[in-house]
Parts: sequence; structure tokens; C-alpha cells
Amino acid sequence: MPMLIRLSDGVFSQVQDDFVRLGDEEPVAEGDVIISLGRLLSGQVARVGGGRIGVWLEPADEVEALAGRLDEVDLVALAFPKFRDGRAFTSARLLRERLGFTGEVRAVGDVLRDQAGFMARCGFDAFSPADGSTVEAWAAAAGRHRHVYQRAADGRAPAFVERGSF
Amino acid sequence: MYRYDAVDRAVLADRAAEFRDQVRRRLSGELTEDQFKPLRLMNGLYLQLHAYMLRVAVPYGSLDPRQMRALADIARRFDRGYGHFTTRTNIQYNWIRLADAPDILDVLAAADLHAIQTSGNCIRNVTADPYAGAAADELEDPRVWCEAIRQWSSLHPEFSFLPRKFKIAVTASPHDRTAAKVHDIGLLLRRGRDGATGFEVIVGGGMGRTPYVGPTLKAFLPSDRLFSYLEAVLRVYNRHGRRDNIYKARIKILVAALGAEAFGREVEAEWEKIGSAGDLPGSEIARIRDAFTRPELADSPAPGDFEARRAAEPAFARFVRNNLRAHKLPGYAIVDVSLKGFGETPGDITADQMDVVADLAERFGLDEIRSTHEQNLVLPHIRLADVHTVWKALDAARLATPNINLISDIIACPGLDYCALANARAICVAQDIARRFEAPDRAEAIGELKIKISGCINACGHHHVGHIGILGVDKKGEEFYQLTLGGSGAEDATVGKMLGPALPIDRVTDAVEAIVDAYLLHRKDGERFLDTLRRTGDAPFREAVYADAH
Repeated sequence: MPMLIRLSDGVFSQVQDDFVRLGDEEPVAEGDVIISLGRLLSGQVARVGGGRIGVWLEPADEVEALAGRLDEVDLVALAFPKFRDGRAFTSARLLRERLGFTGEVRAVGDVLRDQAGFMARCGFDAFSPADGSTVEAWAAAAGRHRHVYQRAADGRAPAFVERGSF
Repeated sequence: MYRYDAVDRAVLADRAAEFRDQVRRRLSGELTEDQFKPLRLMNGLYLQLHAYMLRVAVPYGSLDPRQMRALADIARRFDRGYGHFTTRTNIQYNWIRLADAPDILDVLAAADLHAIQTSGNCIRNVTADPYAGAAADELEDPRVWCEAIRQWSSLHPEFSFLPRKFKIAVTASPHDRTAAKVHDIGLLLRRGRDGATGFEVIVGGGMGRTPYVGPTLKAFLPSDRLFSYLEAVLRVYNRHGRRDNIYKARIKILVAALGAEAFGREVEAEWEKIGSAGDLPGSEIARIRDAFTRPELADSPAPGDFEARRAAEPAFARFVRNNLRAHKLPGYAIVDVSLKGFGETPGDITADQMDVVADLAERFGLDEIRSTHEQNLVLPHIRLADVHTVWKALDAARLATPNINLISDIIACPGLDYCALANARAICVAQDIARRFEAPDRAEAIGELKIKISGCINACGHHHVGHIGILGVDKKGEEFYQLTLGGSGAEDATVGKMLGPALPIDRVTDAVEAIVDAYLLHRKDGERFLDTLRRTGDAPFREAVYADAH
């Protein structure tokens, strides 16, 4: 099983990834599966038994399409086909802040350590690094900045709130 | 000046440490150049033709003497003794060693300066009116909003990997000195009927390959709703801006493709969903306003011998005519410092000159210095009684060329002398034109005439909004130049129109002179070049330039 970095209660740890990605043409599978948004919306059965369901969104897929379906979903994987493609940052924030999703939001694709902090702020809590980062390196990168200037999905107090309490 | 607090300083220190780590990983080979590129670009480090170039942010063009001296120090220790002020009011160093970049950031951070987001597909340095806080015609100091935008946009978790770069301008005067309408977002501060402030919001202007004067998306946005609205615009852009072609990735292309109305509706819908949760509390705006030092301006200080000197010394009188602007208070003037000396590179400044400007700001200028998008500097608060002394000192440092807004006050990009993107040189073209019009009486007789030169279609030299724009192109390995006429970056923003076929480099200055002569022939009383051109159309000018080609 591939390894995954998970953020839980402010702590990064390395965990086992139990999910298997299932292509649109692949038959129903055992265990935890990640399927495309199209397959989820088509209502086509993807799993056997009590496995969990994850859904994979490409950057152009609108997270609003999941509205009303999120209680069926345990995980949303947001793809970064390229490091530079920042659409998934918006998708993650909307999932957390607008759609109220509390399951796992996973960064997949060209996922590099230097975006760890931004990803955590936007509500990602699972990371599948493409650069071989260790959990220690990932945590150090994500925790580099002592202060932030904006409100985002992570609940961190922005500078304008901290200042109010000085 | 905005005074940084412990939070602002910690952000800079953390960012400098992060970049030091990234450079270390690059130098050790842990990162490839491909992986390093987007990281260094987030921090203003470009790989140019000959060396690394580091672009340092001058947030909304405001500097104090301590910061100017830090910039001079960097020029001496890490570069070749000079720097270059850009059309984004930033300063760049052209001869940087990668291994020195982290140390430079530390020097900058010690002076509350940084290179954050001076490149990359993120929200760049905000442009402000360079006369902010001093201009006689402003409604309020726009820099409070600029600083709030600087903080909000710094290391923004959602908007640091946009389809393309994103530039915001803020002005609070009816006369626009920021080129707001050719920015991704232009914010024009207005006062509503009830006296509260708001912004006219222009979205989707730009230059580059496809120039647009941006449409007004909102005629009056209450200022306390600014940040939720910016978030809405940026979010719509981040989701829907094109990412398949970097030349079609700016917001202007999205706005033009959807139409301003449809784009505006999307923004309104998003804005409604965000609600006031996206706004900065009024208490924070008030805190930022209070964190700006108030220059201790006296009540109508005596002008001393200003008028007598002006009457007695023609060279001083010429400087006063061209390089002074009306200050909001009697007894003061805004002094423009020209970085357009004849034979110099527009925007270049030596370390020694930086020190001179720093000293003058400290002794006579209430510690304030500005950089302008036209690549000059400004001392915004000089007592009339001190103007002569300041002029003498500037003149001794070759910083008093009396040519602001005149034909030799040329914007030019670095062009093929430095830039890996350029097709043609820009600097030598600017120098040649400036020399042709060096005679000061003639230049004053010509009056306001803005020439802007870009060495390639990316338009860093703002040629689209030059009264005369000059664009370098490559024709089978030779440098050619296309002329455009009638552009303006001011409140009457206009994209210039191409005059005719491109010219070889040795004909450009002659063509400019032919245009000027045609203007002098056709102009009526009091008309600027732009006024005459708008009245006559470009036929007389085309005739003048291309006559001998018939």
C-alpha cells in the first residue's frame, strides 16, 4: 500500500493509504475505492460491501456538483495535474467552507512540499507527495510561517485577529 | 510610511528562511531547475540572458531613507553598484549570484523589505499614486488600502497559483498617475453622496499582446466591502481563467471572452456567497491607517528665497517648471527626481545616487521617497524654502534633469540588453531619442509627450499607452520597431494605434522627430501632442513618417 501524509489535529503523520483508484471502466471492487466525479454522479455502483467511497476531481470539475452527495463520500481527491495549476486550492476551500465537508480532502498529482502550507490552509488534510517528501520535511514546510494574513479553511487566526488580542 | 509590527517582520523572516532552504536544495541538486523555477519566481528571482536578476518589491512605491540605503548597500555588495527601477515601481538587480540571493533577502528583511511576489502567477506589488499623501487633488491617502492589499495578498493560500500574474492599482485622485485602467484591477477611490468612501472597480485592463482598457465592473463599491469583492473577482478568475495558453491567461482575456456584464454577474453571485466574512474588519483598516507615520508638515512654512532664486537662476526656474508639482499644503512642493539623464538607462540609479536621495529625504523630505511607474523617484514633501538646496544636491548627483513628462522622460524595458524574452533593444533607442531632444527649450516647447518603448510584445515598456509607443520586433534576425500613436495610461486611458510598417533601428529617432515636427506644425494654442493628434487623426503623422517611402 502506498504511503500518505495525513494532517489531524495539527499533527502530520504517515499513514497507510487504503483507497484504490478505480477507473470508469473498471468493475466493482472490494474495499475503499476512489472513483471519478462522473461515475459518482451516474449512480453506478462501484463497491462491494462496506468499503468507503472517495471521489476524484480534476481541476475543471466543479465541487458544487457534490452538493447533496457529500454524505455518501468519505474522501475527495483534488488533482494537481501540474504544480502551477492552482484551481484545487479554490476547490478545497469551497468544499470546507461552503459545502461543509468534514471528510478527507486529499491532494494528488504534482504535489510538492513547497505548497504544503497553502494546501493545509485551504483545507487539505491528506497529501500524496510527488517529490518523495518525508513526513518531517512536509510538516516543517507546512509549519514554516508563524503568522498568516488571511482567513482560510484551517481556522488559523489571521494577523488582524492576533493583533486585536495583543 | 507604514511601520511594520512584529507580525509583519516575522512574515518576512520566515519567508527569507524558506527561500534560503529552497536555494540550498537547488544548489545541492535536490531540486532540478524545473522544480526550482516556480519557487524562485515566487521570490522575484529570474534567470536572465547573462545572470540571475532579483526583483525587490517597493510596496506601492514607498520607501524611507533607511530602506533606500539598504538598496544601495545591496547594489554595492551583491551587484555592480547600481539598480534599476521598473514600471512596477520595484527595483531590480541584474547581476546577482544565486548563492547570494538568501543573504540579500536577509539584508532586505532587516530594512522591512522583501521580494515576495515580485514575479510568478500571483498577486503582484500594488501600484499607488506616487504623490499619495501629498497631492493637492487627492481624496484621501490611497496607501492605507495598498498596505491592506499587500498584507491580504501576501502568501495568499488560494491565490498564489493563478492562471497568470495579477496586478492591482489604487488611486485616490481624479488625475490617474497609476495607469489603473490597464491593470488587472484598477481601484479608483470615490466619495459617495453620504461622504463615505468607495471604489470604482475596473477589471480586465492590461497590455501585453492583447491590450485592453478595462471596463468598470462596479461603479461604487463601499470601501468596507473591498476584500470580499477582491476575493470574488480572484476566485472567478482562478477557476475560469485560461490555463492552456499563457498568452491568453490574464483576466482581461476572460473578461473579454465572457463580456464585462456576464463576468460581472459571476462575480456578484460569488460575492454574495462570500458575504462580509471575506471583509477586513474596520478596526484593522484603522490600525493600518494609524501605523502610517504622519509626516510632520508645518503650517504654511515661509518660502524663503524660493521666488527670488527662481527669478534669478534660469536653470533653477526650468527645474521648478518641470519637476515640481502642487502639494496639498502651502509652503511645500512635490519634487520629481529624474532617472532619465541624457545618455543614461531609464530607471537606472547608482548606489551613490541612492544615498544622495536617502540623505535628501532625511534632511529635507520628512523621510519619504516614492518610486513611480514611469521609472522616476519622488520626494513628496519638500519645503519651498529648501527646493533650491535639494535641486543643487540632485544636480550634483545628475538626478535633476528637468524633463518630467517631457519627450526625454521615456519609459523603456530592459530589452535585449538583459532580458531573455526580448526581440530587440529598448535602452539604446530611448537614449538616442533623448539625446536628439536634449535642447531643453525645444523639449519644453514640445511639452508633455510620453514615449514608451518595449523590446517585445509582452509590453513591459507600456508602449500601448505611450503617446508615442515604440515596439521592438524581430524581422529575420534584425531589430525593427513599430510605432503606435495616441495611447494614454492616464484617466483617459487609450490603447495607441499602429502608425504604419515597422522601421529599422536607425530610422526610429528620425521618425519620432518627424512626428514631433508635424505636431508643432498642426497644433493650436495650448494643445498637447495628444490633443492635436486626437483632433487631426494620425494622417498628418503617417505622412510625415512615411513620406519619403512613397
